[in-house]
Formats: sequence, C-alpha cells, structure tokens
Amino acid sequence: MLLRNEELEAIKKETGFSHSQIARLYKRFTTLDKEENGTLSREDFQRIPELAINPLGDRIISAFIPDGEDQVNFRGFIRILAHFRPIDAKSKDGNGSEPLNSRINKLRFAFQLYDLDKDDKISRSELLQVLHMMVGVNIPDEQLGVIADRTIQEADQDGDGAISFTEFVKVLEKVQIEQKMSIQFLD
Amino acid sequence: MLRAALPLLGLPLAGAGAAEEPTQEPGSWGEPPPGLTLFRWQWHEVEAPYLVALWILVASLAKIVFHLSRKVTSLVPESCLLILLGLVLGGIVLAVAKKAEYQLEPGTFFLFLLPPIVLDSGYFMPSRLFFDNLGAILTYAVVGTLWNAFTTGAALWGLQQAGLVAPRVQAGLLDFLLFGSLISAVDPVAVLAVFEEVHVNETLFIIVFGESLLNDAVTVVLYKVCNSFVEMGSANVQVTDYLKGVASLFVVSLGGAAVGLVFAFLLALTTRFTKRVRIIEPLLVFLLAYAAYLTAEMASLSAILAVTMCGLGCKKYVEANISHKSRTAVKYTMKTLASCAETVIFMLLGISAVDSSKWAWDSGLVLGTLFFILFFRALGVVLQTWMLNQFRLVPLDKIDQVVMSYGGLRGAVAFALVILLDRTKVPAKDYFVATTIVVVFFTVIVQGLTIKPLVKWLKVKRSEHHKPTLNQELHEHTFDHILAAVEDVVGHHGYHYWRDRWEQFDKKYLSQLLMRRSAYRIRDQIWDVYYRLNIRDAISFVDQGGHVLSSTGLTLPSMPSRNSVAETSVTNLLRESGSGACLDLQVIDTVRSGRDREDAVMHHLLCGGLYKPRRRYKASCSRHFISEDAQERQDKEIFQQNMKRRLESFKSTKHNICFTKNKPRTRKASRKKDGVANAEATNGKPPRDLGFQDTAAVILTVESEEEEESDSSETEKEDDEGIIFVARATSEVLQEGKFSGSLEICPSPRIIPPSPTCAEKELPWKSGQGDLAVYVSSETTKIVPVDMQTGWNQSISSLESLASPPCTQAPTLTRLPPHPLGTEEPQAPLDLSSDPRPSFAFPPSLAKAGRSRSESSADISQQQELQPLMGHKNHTHLSPGTANSHWCIQFNRGGRL
Repeated sequence: MLLRNEELEAIKKETGFSHSQIARLYKRFTTLDKEENGTLSREDFQRIPELAINPLGDRIISAFIPDGEDQVNFRGFIRILAHFRPIDAKSKDGNGSEPLNSRINKLRFAFQLYDLDKDDKISRSELLQVLHMMVGVNIPDEQLGVIADRTIQEADQDGDGAISFTEFVKVLEKVQIEQKMSIQFLD
Repeated sequence: MLRAALPLLGLPLAGAGAAEEPTQEPGSWGEPPPGLTLFRWQWHEVEAPYLVALWILVASLAKIVFHLSRKVTSLVPESCLLILLGLVLGGIVLAVAKKAEYQLEPGTFFLFLLPPIVLDSGYFMPSRLFFDNLGAILTYAVVGTLWNAFTTGAALWGLQQAGLVAPRVQAGLLDFLLFGSLISAVDPVAVLAVFEEVHVNETLFIIVFGESLLNDAVTVVLYKVCNSFVEMGSANVQVTDYLKGVASLFVVSLGGAAVGLVFAFLLALTTRFTKRVRIIEPLLVFLLAYAAYLTAEMASLSAILAVTMCGLGCKKYVEANISHKSRTAVKYTMKTLASCAETVIFMLLGISAVDSSKWAWDSGLVLGTLFFILFFRALGVVLQTWMLNQFRLVPLDKIDQVVMSYGGLRGAVAFALVILLDRTKVPAKDYFVATTIVVVFFTVIVQGLTIKPLVKWLKVKRSEHHKPTLNQELHEHTFDHILAAVEDVVGHHGYHYWRDRWEQFDKKYLSQLLMRRSAYRIRDQIWDVYYRLNIRDAISFVDQGGHVLSSTGLTLPSMPSRNSVAETSVTNLLRESGSGACLDLQVIDTVRSGRDREDAVMHHLLCGGLYKPRRRYKASCSRHFISEDAQERQDKEIFQQNMKRRLESFKSTKHNICFTKNKPRTRKASRKKDGVANAEATNGKPPRDLGFQDTAAVILTVESEEEEESDSSETEKEDDEGIIFVARATSEVLQEGKFSGSLEICPSPRIIPPSPTCAEKELPWKSGQGDLAVYVSSETTKIVPVDMQTGWNQSISSLESLASPPCTQAPTLTRLPPHPLGTEEPQAPLDLSSDPRPSFAFPPSLAKAGRSRSESSADISQQQELQPLMGHKNHTHLSPGTANSHWCIQFNRGGRL
C-alpha cells in the first residue's frame, strides 16, 4: 500500500469511500498504470478493452483527466469515481459542502460530457456530436438533426437555443438519478 | 318445447337444474311425429361450450354492472366484487339444485385460465424495470417462498403438537409442509388484480409482481416434492430424495425459463417472415406462447415461468416485426383474454367456496394459518430487505416493506393446488381446503379492500405517469453508457457491464437474426421516442384544430411556439398515455404505441368530424337524433372553412412563402421546399414587395400524412414527417394570373380543392363543376395567422347574414372601389363590421352548380348586373360583393403588418 495514512484520511473524507474501497480502487489504479509513474494517461485508459467499444468511451476518459493536463493522479481518479457512489442518508451532514455523489454533482458530471467547450451550455452541435456517437449509422444525419432540435426545444426555457445546466436539471427532475447514476463499489 | 326451453332460460342461475332436466326430456320429445322434424332441440350437443360462453357472459355483465358506479369500484377492488358475486351465484345454484354444480376445476384453471393472464403480464412487463430489480425479485421469489413454506408448515405442525388444532385433523409434519408450500406462494392473479388499482410506485410494484410470477417454480417444486414425500410416506424418504428435491428446483425453474426462451426465439423468428401474411401475426404470438406453456407443463417444468419468459423475451423483436395493426390486435386480444380469465377465476373461486361437501372446518387450523402467513410474510420481508439493502443502490424503506408484506396475496393457484391433493394420501385434505378458501378470501377481500387506504395513509410513493421526453430518453442512454464505462474503469463487472455486453450482443447478432431488415435498420430507441413524441404532437395539433373548428374564437397557435401548443392542448387522453413504464398490466389505454394511439384518435376524429354528404346525412338523420339545425350548422361550418381557406390562399399569395409546420423535414419536405424556391425564382420577384394584384396566383397544396404513409409500405417510420403546407405556384395559375389577377382566387366563395392535381388541372372557377367535394382538412384551418383574425371574423359575420333574407340594398355599397388599396386602409374594422352585410351573396356560377341557397333569382341577376361596376382589374365573373372589398382592406392590412 503506497498511500500514506493522512492522504487516505483526506480521500476518505472527500469522497466518502470506505477504507477497503479505497484500497481496492488503488489496486485497480496501479494495475491500469502501466508506466508505473503514479498517474494514468489517456493511453492507460484506452487500454481497457471494453472502453474501446463504449460509444462515449473517449468522452468519459476525457472526463477523468483534468483540464489542461494529460494525466490523472489517484486523487483525481478517485474523486471522479466518487460521483458514482450510491447516495446514502448519512453522507448528507459532513462539512456543509455538497458531497461528490449528490444528485446535482452526478448530473453535473453527465452534463460536462456533453458540454465540450465548457460554456455551461449544451449547444445544438454539441448535442449532435453525442447523438452521432450513440445512435450510430442507422439513422441518417438529417433525422439526427431533427432529434437534436427537438431535444433542445423541449428543454430550452429561456429560448437561447441551447440547454443550460439549470435546464438540464429541470428536464431530468423526474428521473431517478440516484439509481441511474450510481454503481455498487465493492469493498 | 317449452319444457326444453325452460332450463335454458334458467341456466345462468340454476345451471344444475338444466343439467338434470334432460333426463326427462326424451319422454317429451317422443311425441313429435317421426320423420322429418321442423325443429329440433339439441341441448346436449351444445351444452359444454354453451355453459362456458354463458359463464363468461355473466362475468362480463357483472363487470359492466360494477363499473356503472364509480364510487363502488374506487373503494372496492373488482376482484372482491367478483368473489362476492361468485358466492351469491354459488348460493343460488346450491339452493336450486341442492348440490354445488360448478367449481374451479384445477385442470381448467391451469390449462386455460392461467396462461392468458401470465402471458399478458409477461408480454407487457416493463422489462428494463424488471431486470433492474431482478436481484430483489429473485430473492423474494426463491428465498421468500421457501422461507414462507417451511416456517408456516413447521409452525402449524407445532400448533398441532401444542394441541391447538383439533385431533381430527390427521396430519403429520410432511402434510403440514405440503400445505405450507401451497399456501405460501404469492399469487400473480390476485396481486395483479389488487395492485393495478392501487398504483404504488414502479419499483414496489415490480418487486411484488415479479415475485408472484417467479415464485411459481419454487411453489411447483415444493408442492411436488412434498406431495411425493407424503405419498411415499415419511419413513421411506431417503437422503437422495432430498437432494433430488433440491436439484429439481433448478431443473424446474431453469428448464421452464429455457423452454420459454426457446419459444420466444421461435416466435420472433417466425414473425420475421410474415410480411405477406400479416393476418396471422397475432395468432402466431398466441399459439407459440401457449405452446411454450403446454410444453413446460408437459415436461413438468414451471409453466408460468416459461410463458413469462416467452413474453418477456419475444416482445422486442415481435413488436418490431409485426405490422402495427397486428400489434394492436395482439394487445387487445391479450388484454381481453386476460381480463376475461381473471374475471372467471374470481367468480369461480366464489362459487367453489359454497360447496360445503368439499371442506371441513377447524378453527385452530384456520386462525393459525391466517396468523402465520401474515406473520412470516412480514418477518421474511423484513429480513430479506435488510439483506438486500446492503446491496441495493436505492434501499427499500420501511413503508415499502409494509406494503410488500401486506401485498402478499394468495389466490387461485393455492386453491387449485389444494383441490388437486389426493384425499387417500392426505387425510386432512378437507381441512386444508377450507383453510385455503378462508386464506384466499381473507387476503383478496380484507387485504384487497384495505391496501388502498393503507397506501394512502402511509403516503407510499405513487407511480406517476409522466410523458417520456426526448431529453430523458437520450440522457438515460448516456447514463447507461457512463455507468458501463465507469464499471470498466473500476474493473468490476457488475450489472451495467453485463447489460452493456448483452446490448451489444443483441445488436450484433440477435436483432439481426430476429428482426426484419427494414425494422432493424430503423430501430433505435431514441428515434423511437422521437417518433412517438412527434405523433403526440401531431395529434394535439389536430386536436387543437378540432377546437378551432368548433369555437368561434379563433385561437391559433403561432408557428414557432409549437412547444407551448403541445403543452396546453394535450388532452387527457394523451396526458395519461405514453409513460415509458406503465405497470397497469390490465389497462390497455395507458401504454399505447404511437401508432395505435394515432389510429384510435384518427378514427374518432373522422367519425365525429367528417362532414356528411347530403345523401348520407339525410339517411342517418331520422329526425330523432339530429336536430333540425344540424344541417345548417354544417353548412355554416363548411362555409366558414372555405372562407378561411381563401384567406390562406390569399396569405400565401401575399407572401409567397411555404408554411412548414412541425419540425420534421425529411428529404421529401426539403424537396418540396426546393420546388417552392423554384417557383419563387420563376416569379423573379421578392415576395414581400409584391402588391397583391401583381402576384402570381399560388395554390395551396395540402399534403396529408396519410397520403405518404400509404405509398410506402416498408419504411413506415421514415414517412413520419409532419403536416407540411406548401404553397406552390403552378404554371397554369401563373398564366391565369397574368390576365385575371389573384383576386380571383381569394375572394371567390369557391372551394379550392385540396389535392394539387385537382388544383392544377381544373381550376374551380373555370369548370362548372361546383360539386367538387366540400373538403376541408382541419389542418388547413390552422394556418390562418393571427393577424388575419379580424378578416376572418368578417367573413364569419358576412356568413351569418346568409341566414337572414337577402337584402336588396346591395347596389349602394358596391360603389366602393374594388381595389381600395391605399385609400381604404384607414377604415376601421369596427366600421366594416357595422356595414350592412346582406350585400354578400353567393356568386351565380355557384348557384348554377346547384349549390345555391336562399338567394332569389332576382338577387342573382342583380349581382350579374353589378359585375361591370367592379374594379378595372377584376375580371371575375364571380360576384364579390361589398364583402369582398372589406376583405381586400383586411388582407392588405394583414399583409403589411
């Protein structure tokens, strides 16, 4: 175990993962880290075979790697993963700040996958790109465009032709994000 | 003859009498002369099917009667009412025949009544929800049922050992375990019947309901194992038998599921090739599903599991393959059969209870059983939930657990199983029968009655039907991908990993194999949702159109704000429909595929909204049903629409634009647009600048969706463009326009035929055939822009004047300049409306065509004389009166705005 104790505590506090979960994730982290330099590069992620066939794989890899850098360390890695921890009643207290796995943060993560230029808006072209990735070749571009239009129209409240984060949250308010954006982390 | 008819009449109530009667009949039949008889009474030959049909009829009628009162059905579940009705009917039969005649036969129940219900629930199971909660469902179904069976059986045995059960109940531990195994299983029929009226949240429902379906395998195994142990005698049971019992659990459940999946595969594969024989598609679905059931039953596997799996597995492919009419047929038939079977089951349950010869009462046993099943159910649920909550993402809270324990209803399966017991092997059978009846009645009636108030009182999260939105669908897909990716990164292969894997496998191989190529190509969930939404919009759009027609206040949606239109005008029908996961498995209307809905709505619209041609109108009138003024109203409406149509065509003349309603613009639409652009190009003038005299006439082409749908059979989906209005200049019209000006089109009270060919070939004012169908599509009425509203009201008011006798003051007014473009503009609309309206009249040519109304011939001649007075450019031989000039002003204004 290469993690120092205080670091472990800090991670625990920040992410809410249990001791054994962190240990497990750290093990996974080192397995992925082929260069053994304590960070994961884009190539490290791309080596995961299933990720290569995930339509949103590249987007998700990008989400792991912080802006302006090309690698992610364990702290960053586990912080991203913390978004997907199931919401438990106890994590509400803490130090007043929103826990990483809160509903809003889960949504924020998904939102950022769409929002490439980080202007806090999903524009039509951004939406179209994601649609292209997810739908594949079965549906012609024209129809995708129509879908994108319609999607934006549906969510757009202020009429700026793009989906802002508030609109994004609003449009998904009926969806059980707690369930649909959580996975079970093994101990 | 009378004697023979008597029993038949008395049949539904005193069927037993009917059964006895025939023994005396031969005597009375001996009288007719030998040889050819004119009339022969052959009750015996039709007896069995006749009785079946009558029972179903009685049950259905009872259903109708129950639903007459909304108050009763909102308080009391239908299943309770049916059981009570069965009790009453059984009592009457018993009183009349002195013996109980009818009852729920296990054979009938398992072979005929149960399969449709299970198929229905399997087929319409919200599969995503089901698999999302599969872990919980399986736990409750397997562990829960085993727990219930053993604890209940053991506790009852303990009760007997303690001396609380009368010694006349001769049963050992094995007998009690056998009884426990049959009484412990939650019954799908009862759960469905009660829960579908309660509307608890989806997760809760799917857990209880899924459990009731899947526990069949456990029940069957337990029942069979215990039964054979009892028959063997407890002394002869060896260790290997126990092991065999455990093994048979796996064989029965997995075997049943496998049989179901094999048949699902066959079914999907078969429907792939039914393109030319669409008519048998629904039949195939039923046949193969039933074959799955029978096959599993034959191999003593879990038949319920088999047919559930068959329905669950085949749905995706079958729905993609079969035509949408078949889809509707499948759905309705399935619902009808299931509802019918359910009704009969509950009624027969009530009737069977009356037969006192079959059961024997023991208070200790009955009360003990009631207490134990409730207690152990609750205890089991709490324990299992605690265990499950360690793994669940969203834990089940206490309220959920209460509902789950209370919702553990027992039903007809238990009853049928207990009837099947062999009295020689199980001496306490009669006591068990009585106890089962009481338990079933208690759970269905008492718990069924109280669960609704309980759910309300506990404030259990209810299911909410919300419209699926494109955003939701799209983002949920994104979530799935994200979660799958995160699981990959974390490196543990959980649920999402396998889901993702399955979907890829399905896409790559299964769908390719099982779906028609055309269906496969256009198959995409996001697109599907989009398609459904589109149809919903189209309907609400048309719906809105309907309102526009009937109301005098012209509330037209302006074009860009289509969203708000959809929100405000969606009818109740649409609002409640279309939720992605509807749990009410018995209700047809809640989940409709877009096409069904479209079908239904279109049908109703057409039925109610189509104008009747005169001949049919007369025929159906019959004085009693349609009031005198209906004809008048129809004429008025048609006239109004014609007016509007003219306004529109005027509008398009003015702007020379194409109205494209709804967003969808497929290639076709864009092609159309090109055409328009060309037309504009040939005009060579920017549309806005044109004074309307100079504008080339433009004919409004209405393309209806249906037209396009009909000519493309394969790719139904690609045609789902919205209603598109295209204003298109045609060469003929252009020529016409050169000398006659556009005024011809707009103010003439003629109809502009909807079909482009008509419009192009035979312009109505050229040919004398005035009887071109008075056809107005409701869509067209909608595109009258708001700024034309005043103009429209004008025409309405002038139309209303039709009713009043024609006035002869017209000439004074016709002196108004016919083209008062700039000069007349300042005139206020109020002024116009105060103008004497009677001056407006139908043109002579129209009268010639036989569509004249009340104008006198003098009127006509007057109008004809007036012709020369009309403007210099107005060559119309039609006779626009003063009303015309009003319109001109209005149009003009509208155009400039």
